[in-house]
Amino acid sequence: MQDTIHHIAPDNSADAILLSVRNLTVELTTRDGVVPVIDNMSFDLKTGGNISFVGESGCGKSMTALALMGLLPQPAGRIASGQILFNNEDLAQASDARLREIRGNDISMIFQEPMTSLNPVYTIGEQIAEVLRRHRNLDRAEATAKAIELLDAVHIPSPASRINDYPHQLSGGQRQRVMIAIALACEPKILIADEPTTALDVTVQAQIFDLLTELQEKTGTAIVLITHDMGAVARMSQDIIVMYAGRKAEQGTVAQVIRQPAHPYTHGLIAAVPHLLPTITEERPELLEIPGIVPPLSQFGQNRCLFASRCNYATEQCRQQRPEEISRENQHITACWHTDSLS
Amino acid sequence: MEILTLIVKRVSYAAMLLLAVVVLNFILINLAPGDIADTIAGDMGGATAEQMAEIRADYGLDLPLWQQLFRYVSNVMQGDLGYSYFHTQPVTSLIAERLPATLLLVITAQLVALFVGTLLGVLAARKPNGWLSHIVTLIALFGYSAPVFWTGIMLLIMFSLWIPIFPVAGMVDVTIEGGWWSHVLDIARHMVLPVITLSSIFLALYSRLCRASMMEVLGSDYIRTARAKGLSESQIVFKHALKNSLGPVVTLAGLQFSAVVSGAVLVETVFSWPGLGTLALQSIIARDTPTIIGILFFSAMVVIVGNLLTDLVLRLIDPRIRNRA
Ligand SMILES: Nc1ncnc2c1ncn2[C@@H]1O[C@H](COP(=O)(O)OP(=O)(O)OP(=O)(O)O)[C@@H](O)[C@H]1O
Ligand code: SF4
Ligand SMILES: [Mg+2]
Repeated sequence: MQDTIHHIAPDNSADAILLSVRNLTVELTTRDGVVPVIDNMSFDLKTGGNISFVGESGCGKSMTALALMGLLPQPAGRIASGQILFNNEDLAQASDARLREIRGNDISMIFQEPMTSLNPVYTIGEQIAEVLRRHRNLDRAEATAKAIELLDAVHIPSPASRINDYPHQLSGGQRQRVMIAIALACEPKILIADEPTTALDVTVQAQIFDLLTELQEKTGTAIVLITHDMGAVARMSQDIIVMYAGRKAEQGTVAQVIRQPAHPYTHGLIAAVPHLLPTITEERPELLEIPGIVPPLSQFGQNRCLFASRCNYATEQCRQQRPEEISRENQHITACWHTDSLS
Repeated sequence: MEILTLIVKRVSYAAMLLLAVVVLNFILINLAPGDIADTIAGDMGGATAEQMAEIRADYGLDLPLWQQLFRYVSNVMQGDLGYSYFHTQPVTSLIAERLPATLLLVITAQLVALFVGTLLGVLAARKPNGWLSHIVTLIALFGYSAPVFWTGIMLLIMFSLWIPIFPVAGMVDVTIEGGWWSHVLDIARHMVLPVITLSSIFLALYSRLCRASMMEVLGSDYIRTARAKGLSESQIVFKHALKNSLGPVVTLAGLQFSAVVSGAVLVETVFSWPGLGTLALQSIIARDTPTIIGILFFSAMVVIVGNLLTDLVLRLIDPRIRNRA
């Protein structure tokens, strides 16, 4: 079934595939043994494209992002199998030195916690300039000048004086802007944003998404967005992947998945959000309340549907065998034995 | 500017503290049995009551206590800490002779302990289960449990009997000839054992704390950010992590300043280092009260200056402290 995933959607056939993740399995060594925290995950990202990952806490969204960055927790995590093809280079096989060249340069990441993600003892100017010196071989003066430009680009007022500020002198929203400036400094091909607004006020959240959209239009960076916020998905992405217990539950365009969820889990997620709006509102539509909880890490990788204990459609088959990923019309993929009962 | 205000603030605070030490000293002098008149009379081989009264009047001992206190404080402020009859020298010049040796020992030992302790701590933190990490734990255990004088005597025995490469006593070899450079080298050679002894206990403390603080920092979000920038491991550890883990170590070093000074007394005695420590021991044995009190005064000053320096270094390291004042 995996091969069906890599078709190129007809309306986008001109776009080049920038990143192709194929059958990626990431293992985590825990006290209970080795478990596949990412279990046979495949997806494609086009140049300048947008994709969102959603799913409850502990489903492996951040782990997917860290695997792409080559930043899996050490020594617990490792890529067990699969490929991460970035411009046809397999990052799963790349050396540490090569990954360091790519990180912050071709692939960047911003994190959920802007309050703690900047180093408290260096100025923000230094923290931006540093990445330019590392990857662009700029000297100090050039890097500082570029840092000022970048601060301006992320709409920090009077950037020339703010570069001498320390992180504690900035608000949470401003710090996330600085993180974005650092991430986009070397004009990466891919920006991974792991819940970039979860820790921020609602109004600030909207501003950050506006900024990301604006900068994406300028730079053509592809954005991988990880979020709990369905409103943000609708706002930011064309494609969406719903993850459950380390596996892909459903994948499709945002319109497909929201209008016609093909997996009971997605169905539950969307039902939990009263009205999905295409723009960000004062309300924060969040994924919530499907009865039951995500299975513990120790059960990841078992040959059954890991959602069965929470699913109204579950049958014996679901408890005996892992559902295959099947492709419905137009690249709409689901991993559920009884997807037909849904529609 | 703001740093100037801080220094002014801290110096006036230090002055108040010193004043308290001086007053305490005065009380100690008055608590001690006998006074200068008794000592002088003793030296003269006895004196009549009239002579005694005369001497007391000379030294202002017949004045009310508060006036005596006032005189004592103003004397101290003019650098006059009294006269040592035992050493037949003013206490101030006596101490001025010995202070540099002690300062040299104390400062070098602190710096060595800080530098080596931090380095060991950092290296251990990078591989918490590696052999180096276990060695640091061992050193720490040893440093905690072995008393300074024991370490000193062991080193003394080892280096005087078995491997006599370092001098085990004194600070200079009078037979050394040559330019200033050979004298510096000579002093450095004499310093090796006392510095190792004095720094061992603090080195143990600092390396252990640095290891813990470094491990915590290495798990923090901004280190993940540094990794996400593609920085090299050494930039991550020595630029991003180290500066953040130094705070607790420097704070502890500041708190330990008084312990280093009192440790110096023991170490100086073991290695006959010609500093305040040996002077203190002599003076205690000889009941030379003015000298003892002078040493107390100077030790207090060393500790106060040490704490002030600690504060300044902390502010250099962490901008959050800088902005709080
Ligand atoms: N350093 C680590 N060592 C061991 N297990 C980890 C580590 N980091 C994460 N995990 C486990 O891996 C699983 C997946 O975590 P991940 O962070 O990818 O989830 P997530 O989908 O991003 O959730 P959230 O929405 O809470 O961020 C979780 O069960 C988590 O406990
Ligand atoms: S496979 Fe079965 S248990 Fe799993 S989601 Fe589909 S219906 Fe529910
Ligand atoms: Mg996460």
